[in-house]
Amino acid sequence: MSLSSNGRETPLLEIQNVKTHFRTKRGVVRAVDGVSLTLERGRTLGVVGESGSGKSILVRSIMGLLPMRNIVREGSVRFDGTELLHLSRNDMRDYWGKEMAIIFQDPMTALNPVMKVGKQITEGLIRSLGMSKSDAFANAEKLMADVGIPEPTRRLNEYPHQLSGGMRQRVMIAVALAAGPRLLFADEPTTALDVTVQAQILDLLAAQQRDRNMSMILVTHDLGVVAGRSDDIAVMYAGRIVEKAPTRSLFANMKMPYTEALLRSIPRLDQPSHTRLQSISGLPPNLLVQSVGCRFAARCPYAVERCRVEEPALVESDVPGHFYACHYPVGSIEWQNAQDRLTTSSVVAGGH
Amino acid sequence: MAGSGKAHLGGDDALLRVEDLVVEFPTNTKGHKVHAVTGISLDVRPGETLGLVGESGCGKSTTGRAILQLPQPTGGMVRFDGTDITKLDGEELRQVRTDMQMIFQDPISSLNPRRSVLDIVMEPLKIWNIGTPEEQLQKAKDVLRTVGIDADLVGDRKPSQFSGGQCQRICVARALVLDPKLIICDEPVSALDVSVQAQVLNLLEDLKAKYGLALIFIAHDLAVVKNISDRIVVMYLGKMCEVAKSDDLYARPMHPYTNALLRAIPVPDPTVRPNSENRIAGEIPSPVSPPSGCRFRTRCPAVTEVCAQDEPQLRAMGDGHFVACHHPIAV
Repeated sequence: MSLSSNGRETPLLEIQNVKTHFRTKRGVVRAVDGVSLTLERGRTLGVVGESGSGKSILVRSIMGLLPMRNIVREGSVRFDGTELLHLSRNDMRDYWGKEMAIIFQDPMTALNPVMKVGKQITEGLIRSLGMSKSDAFANAEKLMADVGIPEPTRRLNEYPHQLSGGMRQRVMIAVALAAGPRLLFADEPTTALDVTVQAQILDLLAAQQRDRNMSMILVTHDLGVVAGRSDDIAVMYAGRIVEKAPTRSLFANMKMPYTEALLRSIPRLDQPSHTRLQSISGLPPNLLVQSVGCRFAARCPYAVERCRVEEPALVESDVPGHFYACHYPVGSIEWQNAQDRLTTSSVVAGGH
Repeated sequence: MAGSGKAHLGGDDALLRVEDLVVEFPTNTKGHKVHAVTGISLDVRPGETLGLVGESGCGKSTTGRAILQLPQPTGGMVRFDGTDITKLDGEELRQVRTDMQMIFQDPISSLNPRRSVLDIVMEPLKIWNIGTPEEQLQKAKDVLRTVGIDADLVGDRKPSQFSGGQCQRICVARALVLDPKLIICDEPVSALDVSVQAQVLNLLEDLKAKYGLALIFIAHDLAVVKNISDRIVVMYLGKMCEVAKSDDLYARPMHPYTNALLRAIPVPDPTVRPNSENRIAGEIPSPVSPPSGCRFRTRCPAVTEVCAQDEPQLRAMGDGHFVACHHPIAV
């Protein structure tokens, strides 16, 4: 375990001002545009945002999984004190599997359809850990049991199409866990699954994380999924982090109108049926255009002139560790005034 | 759980009444069949939203399609607006179908990528030769405006130029253009982000109020179904478990399966720790050889011997609440 100069343990992952831009025919797409994050050992970070917010590109960029051509990656990605951003693909292979691994959303397309499950799990064991084939298979069987697959011996000899969606996701998890990574990325791991199976898979990830003392980055569009299962949450919008806080603080004291809107758009079981949901009007901004002002301003009900011209910086609130990027955060006097204006105007407009 | 019965059906005022619906598909193995839907009965009153909820493979989509006779059900009766449509032949059925429309899960693949949005929405009017071309164009523009798409600005664009949420709005417009009485929505928001999902759910509520539509809303997420439905039918492996008004179903679920479904939904509140009690283990069994008796018994926490022998029938538990279970959860 490495220590930094001031004697504190270095965080497992520390990324600073990471940018990932794609050069396309139509111009530069700023998919990730200056993201900084820290993740301690054994902790879970939830990364939340809509489609196109850059959350998946961020995790692929951290892992170095993106193609090399026509992509600009800048900033710093330090894993256990070592800078990874400029490592070649070949050098990154030492990290994949053993140090960090990823679970994707769709297990059918992420698994090789013409390779038996057993081979897909043992591949990493043989390659990264140098195990013999028979040791690897014995290990794979144990892994399959760990991730809750009944009859692991038989299943090792099956192809992905012979398994259900939930079972395939369990296999994906076994593949990811095989070489004992210290950091696990889960990119929408349950979005393609039924709620009952989603709950099983999230339970499984939590248990495995505890047993192995792994850190985890859980990427999702659903605040409900991360609420009970993360230590910290970072909310992304249009390639940037707009709010970042310990999970409880985030929910108790939302600062960013975007986070608030995301939460209110979730249908809740404790509300009576036909409760009108608060949707976020409009669309996320075009990432081809260099933005001016707050990126959420065009969809924010509280936005005023300043929001459209001046981009808010990510600042710390009075709760330590709770950061937000908003000129007029939820609860501020200006926000209250905007709220009053909205209420008045909607009464005039016929209470729509 | 997972039983049959018709106790929950209302009077003759229903717009749609389905009795003992059975849908079976052949398999490659001789003598084996996929029992996708086995004895579903339900009714939808005019202007009502009926939710159908259950895991993948419970037969909820098949039920929705079989109501439209896509494919023709193996057995049972589907009475729509007074006519048993299982008895209709091609042309009569085509006529009836104008009153019943469908919206699918993946909005992008259910729109023709090579045609403009206006063309797509006008197509049903052209097929039925309703109005002059000018009237058809006007009607299509009006309907698109109702769903929040300005046809004057973007009517000649192709589906690929729209987001998923906008494509779903276009699908809704296409379903609305013939002024149907019933729209069957098959997982219409499952492929959408939560923020966009809220837009589409709100839109469906607005349209229902505006046009007096009846909806069958099929989804696996009980929170979504509860938000939009008046009544909910919980399905498991081709059978019905529980039928109740939406708020009742949440307040006092009687079926262990309903309870498990409710408990599996993540709560957007960090002070509520995920609780793995009440979790049902395993996955839905194969519909080729469903369990005897109650079909849920292999995963049920309350299972006893009787569950393997007798199939539970739906019985009334008061106030429009029906449950098919030998050991319903006490209130």
